[in-house]
Amino acid sequence: MAEVVLRTENLCKSFGALKASSDVSLDLRAGEIHALIGPNGAGKSTLIKQIAGNFRPDSGRVELLGRDVTALDTVARARMGLGRTFQISALAMEYTVLQNAVLGALGGQGRVFRFFRNVMKDPALLAVARDALERVGLADAADRRTADLSHGQRRQLEVAVALTLKPKLFLMDEPMAGLGADGSHRLTGFLDGLRQEAPILLVEHDMDAVFALADRISVLVYGQIIATGTAAEIRANAEVRRAYLGEEDAA
Amino acid sequence: MMTRESLLNWAMIAALLIVPLAAWSLDEPFIITLATKAAILALAGVGLNIALGLGGLISLGHAAFFGIGGYAMGILAAHAQNYEPLFNWPFLFEGSNQMPLIWLVAVVLSALAALVIGALSLRTSGVYFIMITLAFGQMLYYFAISWSAYGGEDGLSIWVRNEFPGLNTLDPIQFFAIAYVILCLALFFAARLAASPFGLALAAARQNEDRVEAVGLTPFKLRLAAFVISGAITGLAGALFADLNRFVSPTMLSWHTSGEIMIFVILGGVGRLYGPVAGAALYILLEHLLGGISDYWQIFLGVLLLLIVLFARGGLIGAIAGREKAHG
Repeated sequence: MAEVVLRTENLCKSFGALKASSDVSLDLRAGEIHALIGPNGAGKSTLIKQIAGNFRPDSGRVELLGRDVTALDTVARARMGLGRTFQISALAMEYTVLQNAVLGALGGQGRVFRFFRNVMKDPALLAVARDALERVGLADAADRRTADLSHGQRRQLEVAVALTLKPKLFLMDEPMAGLGADGSHRLTGFLDGLRQEAPILLVEHDMDAVFALADRISVLVYGQIIATGTAAEIRANAEVRRAYLGEEDAA
Repeated sequence: MMTRESLLNWAMIAALLIVPLAAWSLDEPFIITLATKAAILALAGVGLNIALGLGGLISLGHAAFFGIGGYAMGILAAHAQNYEPLFNWPFLFEGSNQMPLIWLVAVVLSALAALVIGALSLRTSGVYFIMITLAFGQMLYYFAISWSAYGGEDGLSIWVRNEFPGLNTLDPIQFFAIAYVILCLALFFAARLAASPFGLALAAARQNEDRVEAVGLTPFKLRLAAFVISGAITGLAGALFADLNRFVSPTMLSWHTSGEIMIFVILGGVGRLYGPVAGAALYILLEHLLGGISDYWQIFLGVLLLLIVLFARGGLIGAIAGREKAHG
């Protein structure tokens, strides 16, 4: 079996009486795309935040590359190789597209306390940044202000910035959200190839993309994982159909 | 290619040189002193602008650093002029009237103060950060008032302006030259800083903290470093300001002073490299022109500030040169 890159063990997190995560255990293995699906309010965002380091779980642990990182913050986890994209684009809006990518490259390189050199003339950082933009198809937009980008382009830039980190795994929170059929199709093709580079934990609402891409799918309902399996197994799972897929069919 | 903004910047920095030179040839020392004051206050603003403009840190406590710089000058010079040793151990130190040494002490002390104040206040953000920086500033203000060894509420007077090797600092135009050169160096440094790896990350942390964390950088460290650099530059300005007046008093530490430094930055344009130069020059000009008409000239300043905040967010420079282009 492939190496486990990320593992959560019995994560529990409550907000008052609401159990947002209860005993969530899942893993992500080298070379795979593991999709996490679930209806709104199932606790996907809470889970993501515990994996990324924004929230500390009430109990349970998070393991990254074989190391217990439960006590580490977002920055430390990013440095270990967790490349994250956000559900709502988190970019420096005043910057150009290229500057955002260079920021990522700078973070990946880690030598930020330099006060005199012009960062936008650093060949090593520029090479990493331009390469990432090229790969997501944003090379032509490099000099545009990020605030002027379309929603879809911002989603692409989110992925590009994550690429500049050369991460060991990706944590992608609804990268397809609002992309439209065309963009979503293109990104699906891209992520398909990306899993060879680093495995992806993919939270996604776009069921076509999920079933096309995922090696494994976990279904989260009311903070609990009710099933994990291949696309075929999930489709066939009666509990999942009742709790989730069925709802969508009815709607 | 020169953008409109860089043309404007050159014009301002040239005007700040030409006006006192003209005044010098016309034998108008008062104008030279005004220009010197503008250059020094602009320097204080350049310091604040690194925290405020680049880092988005709304510090209402920069008077603390301005005042520490001022008192560094006052205390060193007072001991030197009275021949009273400042300390005997580990070596005898009798104070100093040498500007380079005074500046060094001012920079180091204000940087240290910024390190302590920043380390505590940067754990908060938004209105709490404003309030904590304000509180630290006021603490130092009341401390200075009660510190009778150095003049308490009355402040400290220095009889003769401190010395700079090879120059006659009592000559207004020569003292202006010192302030002007330091301002230019600070502007050069601030420009390099804004374009540096550090500047890119710092300004990104202002725009989106999550993004900076997600690429593995710690906003707190970036901001603390910016706050220290910012405080050090404002502290240097404080030492020069005290030397200009040959006087330092708790007023330099009061929150009015913090507000004034912030007004220079806002008048000129927050985050604009030369904003503090435009803001301080305009402030001095208004003080001089309107102050002659009415003691309550700051009412007009208030109206102007209101107009700028409401209609010209980029301040004077933004109003003339248009929206800032993305860095780099």
